[in-house]
Amino acid sequence: MIIRLRNLFAVVMLSSVFSLLSTGLFVTLDAVDVAFTEAAVGAGITTVLFLGALALTGSIEKPQRGRPYIALLVMTALAAMLLYGTMDMPPFGDAGAPAHRHVAPEYITGTQTQIGIPNMVSAILASYRGFDTLGETGVIFTAGIGVLLLLRRRLSSRQQSGGGDAE
Amino acid sequence: MKHHIILRIGAKLLIPPIMLFALYVQFHGDYGPGGGFQAGVIFASAFILYGLVFGLAELRRVAPLAVVTKLMAAGWLIYIGVGYAGLILGGKFLDYDVLSHDPVSGQHLGILLVELGVGVTVASAMLVIYQCFAAHQSRELADDEW
Repeated sequence: MIIRLRNLFAVVMLSSVFSLLSTGLFVTLDAVDVAFTEAAVGAGITTVLFLGALALTGSIEKPQRGRPYIALLVMTALAAMLLYGTMDMPPFGDAGAPAHRHVAPEYITGTQTQIGIPNMVSAILASYRGFDTLGETGVIFTAGIGVLLLLRRRLSSRQQSGGGDAE
Repeated sequence: MKHHIILRIGAKLLIPPIMLFALYVQFHGDYGPGGGFQAGVIFASAFILYGLVFGLAELRRVAPLAVVTKLMAAGWLIYIGVGYAGLILGGKFLDYDVLSHDPVSGQHLGILLVELGVGVTVASAMLVIYQCFAAHQSRELADDEW
């Protein structure tokens, strides 16, 4: 199903709804931690941040000039490559897939004996893959610092002029 | 938003349970679904709801940007600090086994502290981003503009 819209407010709302629907999908697949994240981040805070961005830029997309044939060509080639890449993937739910045979059994047995907590996802996220999570936290920190550096100047000048527009 | 009394009362009723739920998700992450990332986002959303309903000036009074920015760094430093604690106590970087008297309780402690660091960083980063975006709004939006 393809929906084309120029009203970006409707686009943000639809992506929020889509996110909430995929939460249900993740719950059906027994991935409750992923579902939780999708509901909190995808459907929740991202929508608010998108709306904040829309309030700055305007909520109608500008009509595009010209026809982007090169972009279409690049995207088609990329899609073809990705589809070709998925042909070697093991079938969905295959117990013999490499993802289920390499370190996963060790994590499943080790969570009980080495870590001793019931939630396997937390054990992998915080302990077995602690370096990954350290990096992810760094990414979020960097994102916050980046937004702060880009937008802070007007924030502080607004403060001095008592909330009025400084520019 | 001064005339929207239902929104204001509704927000006041909702904010404490949202924060309590965030703390539950944070510290119950070892036993049920959830953890630092989700808890941080939920905790920040309580503040963002407050900011949406009562305005940015009120939000900056309860969560000043200077404090939130420092917390954002502090969360990551907690995480890195746990890593170095393992190093100092004779293990590897981010090795929780040596943090306590036996490996399993060391892992418990390590995961709890690391998740706390993640939660603090995520919550403050979301608040920083929201405050930066909201500060640029130079005009009140009319009801029919959306």
